[in-house]
Amino acid sequence: MSPWLKRWLLMPLFMALMTTMTGCGDPYLSALTPKGPVADIELSLIKLSLYIMLGVFLIVMAIFVYVLIKYRKRKGQEGIPVQVEGNHKLEITWTVIPILLIAILSIPSIKTTFDLAQRYDNQGLKIKVIGHQFWWEFQYPDQKVVTAQDLYIPVGKKIQIDLESRDVVHSFWVPALAGKEDTNPGMTNHMWLQADQPGVYKGKCAELCGPSHALMEFKVIALEPAKFDAWMNNMKALQAKKSITTTNTALEPAVATFKSNCMACHAIDGQGGPIAPNLTTVGDREKIAGILSNNRQNIIRWVTNPQDVKPGAKMPAFGGKLNEQQIASLADYLTSLKAGE
Amino acid sequence: MAAYASHKPKRTGLYSWLTTVDHKKIGILYLLAGGLFFLIGGIEAIFIRLQLMYPDNHLFIGDTFNQLTTMHGTTMIFFAAMPVIFALMNAVVPLQIGARDVAFPFVNALSFWLFFFGGVLLNTSWFLGGAPDAGWTAYAPLSTSNFGGGHGVDFYVLGLQIAGVGTWIGGINFLVTIINMRAPGMTFMRLPLFTWTSFVTSMIILFAFPAITVSLVLLMFDRLFGGVFFNPGGGGNIMIWQHLFWIFGHPEVYILIIPCFGVISEVISAFSKKRLFGYNSMVFATILIGFLSFMVWVHHMFTVGLGPVANSLFGIATMLIAIPTGIKIFNWLFTMWGGQIRFTTANLYAVGFIPTFVIGGMTGVMLAMPPADFQYHDTYFVIAHFHYVIVGGMVLGLFGGLYYWWPKMFGRMLNETLGKINFWTFFIGFHVTFLPQHFLGLMGMQRRIYTYLPGQGFDTLNFVSTIGALLMGVGMIVFLVNVYLTARKPADAPADPWDGRTLEWSIPSPAPEYNFAQLPLVRGLDALWVEKMAGNHELKSAEPLGSIHMPSPSIIPFIMSVGLFIAGFGFMYHTYFVSVIGLGITIVCMFIRSLVEDHGFHIEKEEIEQIQKGVKV
Repeated sequence: MSPWLKRWLLMPLFMALMTTMTGCGDPYLSALTPKGPVADIELSLIKLSLYIMLGVFLIVMAIFVYVLIKYRKRKGQEGIPVQVEGNHKLEITWTVIPILLIAILSIPSIKTTFDLAQRYDNQGLKIKVIGHQFWWEFQYPDQKVVTAQDLYIPVGKKIQIDLESRDVVHSFWVPALAGKEDTNPGMTNHMWLQADQPGVYKGKCAELCGPSHALMEFKVIALEPAKFDAWMNNMKALQAKKSITTTNTALEPAVATFKSNCMACHAIDGQGGPIAPNLTTVGDREKIAGILSNNRQNIIRWVTNPQDVKPGAKMPAFGGKLNEQQIASLADYLTSLKAGE
Repeated sequence: MAAYASHKPKRTGLYSWLTTVDHKKIGILYLLAGGLFFLIGGIEAIFIRLQLMYPDNHLFIGDTFNQLTTMHGTTMIFFAAMPVIFALMNAVVPLQIGARDVAFPFVNALSFWLFFFGGVLLNTSWFLGGAPDAGWTAYAPLSTSNFGGGHGVDFYVLGLQIAGVGTWIGGINFLVTIINMRAPGMTFMRLPLFTWTSFVTSMIILFAFPAITVSLVLLMFDRLFGGVFFNPGGGGNIMIWQHLFWIFGHPEVYILIIPCFGVISEVISAFSKKRLFGYNSMVFATILIGFLSFMVWVHHMFTVGLGPVANSLFGIATMLIAIPTGIKIFNWLFTMWGGQIRFTTANLYAVGFIPTFVIGGMTGVMLAMPPADFQYHDTYFVIAHFHYVIVGGMVLGLFGGLYYWWPKMFGRMLNETLGKINFWTFFIGFHVTFLPQHFLGLMGMQRRIYTYLPGQGFDTLNFVSTIGALLMGVGMIVFLVNVYLTARKPADAPADPWDGRTLEWSIPSPAPEYNFAQLPLVRGLDALWVEKMAGNHELKSAEPLGSIHMPSPSIIPFIMSVGLFIAGFGFMYHTYFVSVIGLGITIVCMFIRSLVEDHGFHIEKEEIEQIQKGVKV
C-alpha cells in the first residue's frame, strides 16, 4: 500500500478518535448516558442501528478501497477494459441483503414505537407541561400545584406527561431520561418518562420558538420518593394559602412592591396571575430565567432588563419603573423564598 | 397579427443575456446566479459557525441568529443548489439526447428570471427590516404574524412563491424535452443516466411543487389577509402547515440529490473507461427512489404526536428508500471494478461522494426509527445527517459535474492542480465540520440555538466544527480563483477532452448555437462510445444538412419576472395599487407573447458550414 494512501486512511481514524475522546457528554444531559427506561430503550435502538449500519459501511469501504487501489490507471497503461453490462446475481444479493437488514431493524423499531406510546394512565404521577415563549410551566393537576422551570418528580415512578403550548410549537426534551415530544398550540400530546436515579437532569426546548429558543432551558429534579413527598406536601401547603405573606418585617416593602408590580402575571403561594412563571419557592430554583445562576445579583439583572438576558422575552423591563433599591429588595425577597422557610 | 421576419435578431452584450432563450446561455445564467447565492449562503454559514465557536458568544444573537440560519437554509436549498442543478440540466440534457434546445425555450428563460427575482426579493429582506427568522421550514404559528418579528417571513413567502413557479414550469419543460425531443435511435433505455435522473427529478418537481405553492398561499393569507388557517384560536390547525410543507419538503431533497446521482454515474463511468454497471437496475432504482420520496414525509414529524401507527408506517417507508440507494452505490463500485481509473478532479469529487453519501445514508436509516428519532430530532445529529447528504452528497456531485462539463459549457478546462487543492480542502474541511456534529446532537445540543452554556461538553466539538467550516471556505476561494484564472485562458478546449461516452462530447467545446449541425443517429447506449468502438470518430447523421430553425430571443420573460417582483412588494406592504401594477405588467407581457406571432429565425446552410469548418473536433 502506498505511503500516501496509508496516511490518508489514518485521517478518519484520527477524526473518530478525537471525537470520541471528548467523551459521552454531561451524564445528566446526554442521550448516550440514559438514566431511565425510555432513554434506555431509545439508546439501545440507536446502538442496534449504528452497529448494523457500520457493518454495511465497512463492506462498502472494503470494496471501495480495494477498487481504488487495484484498478487505478497505471502510468503507460493502454487498452480498454472489458465493458461489463452487469451481474444479475450481484444485483439480487445487494437488494435482498439490505431488505433483510431493514426487516431486522423494523421489528424492534415498531415494537418500541408502540411500547413508548402506551398510556399508563392509572400508574404514576400526572403532570401537565405547558410551553411558553420562553419558559416552561409545570402543573400537577391531582395535587393542584403549579410550578415553573424546575420539574420535580419521584425516582422510580412512571410520570405521565400531557404536553401543551400557549403560543408557538415548543418541544420538551430531557435527553438523559427520554426522547422529545412537541408541545403544539391547540392540542394535547402525551408521553411518559421515568428517572431511575436521583439527580438534576437538564432539559431543553427542541423546536425553534423565537429569539430565545436557545435559552429556554429547564431542569427535571428527581428525588427519592420520601423526599419528593415532602417537597410536594410543602408546595401544596404553600399554594393552598392563596396569599402572599412574609414573617420577615424587613421584607414587607418588597412584598408590597411585588403585589403592585408583579402579581398580575406571577403567582406566589397561590396568589397572583398565571401567565408568567410561578415563583413559589423560587429561591430554591436551579436557575433564574432558566439560564442565570440563581443569586441576588442575577435577579436584579433580570428584573431590570429581561430582554438583555433573553432577547424577545415577554416580561416588561422594570429598570425604568422601579428604582434600584426597590429592585434590590425584591431580589432579597425572592431569594428568601425557599422550601425550608 | 404581424409575423416576424426570419433573420437573426441582433443582440449583443448584456442585452443578449437578458433576452436569451438558448439553453446553453440559460445554463450559464443559472450557474452565475446560483453561484452568487451559494457565496451568500456560505457567508451566512461562516457567521453561524463563528457565533457557535465559543459558548456564550455574542457575535450574532437572538433574532439575528435566527435570520442567519433561516436564510442560510433557504438560500442554499432554493437559490444555490437548485439553480446549479438547473444549470447542469440546461447545459447537458439537450446535448445528451441530441436535441437543439429544450421543448419550450421561452419558458426556459422565464424559469430562470422567476428564480432570479425570487432570490433577489428574498435577499432584499436583509435591508428592509430583517430577513425571515422562522427557519427554512417556517413552522406555524411562529411564522404567522402573531408572534412578533417584522416583515421577514413575508419575503420568504413571496420570494419562494415566485421562484417556485419558475422551478415548476422548468420541470414541465424538461419532462417534455426528454419525452419529445430525443434524436432518432435514442430510446428511453439508451438515455445517459444524467438525462434519466433529470427526467425523474422533473417528475418529482411536477408533483411536489404544488404542495409548497398551496402552503405558501395559506401562509400568505394568514399573514397578510387575516386568515386563520394555522391559528387554533380561529379554528385552524398548526399541523396542516407541517404536513403540506413536508409533502413538498421531502421530495424536494430528492430533487436535490437525484441529479447528482446522475452526475456520479456519468463521471465514474467516463473515468473508469467502463460502461455503467447494471444500467437497467440503475434506471429502476432511480424511478423507485423518485416514487418512494413521496411516501415518507412524516419522518420529519415523528415527535409531533401523530401516534404509533403513523410513525411506524412512515418509519418503514423511509428505511425502504435505503434499498434502491444501496443498489446505486454498489453499481458505482462495480463500474469502477475492472476499470482504468483516472483521478481527474471531476472523478475525485465523484469518488469522494461515495463514502460521504453512504455515511449520510447510514444516519438516515438510523433517523428513520421513530423511538431513536425522539432523541435525534431537532438536534445537531439531524444537521449532521442532512449536511452529509446535501453537502457531502449533492455539492460534491455538483462540483464533479462542473469540472466534468466545464469545457462543454465554456470551452476551457478548469485547472487540475487548483482543482485538487479545491477538492481536498473542501472535502477535509467538510468532514471536520460535520462529523463532530453527530456527537453534539446525541450529547444534547439542539438545532437553531444561537448559543450554549459552557460546561455541557459542547465546547471542544463546536470549536473544531468551526475550524472545519473555515477550511471549507478556503476550498471555495480556491475554486473561485480557479474559475477566474480559467476564464482568462483562450477558449480552445477540445470537443472531447475526457474520451467521453455520450453525445455531448461529439460536438465542439463550447457547443455551437445550434448544438448539432445535423441531428445524430443513435445506435446504442453510450452513443458516442458505440461509434468509437466501431472505429468512427463521429456519429452518423439522421438528417441532411439544411437551414436550422431557431427560437427568437425575447425580453418578455425578464419583464414578466420584474412584474411579479414588483407585485410581491405591493402585497407585502399592503399597497395594492403596486401589486396591480406589477401583476398588470406580467399579464400584458403574456398577452403580447400570445398575440404577437414570432416564428423564430433560421441559421442558413452556408453559415453552418462556415462554423463547422472553423471548429476543432
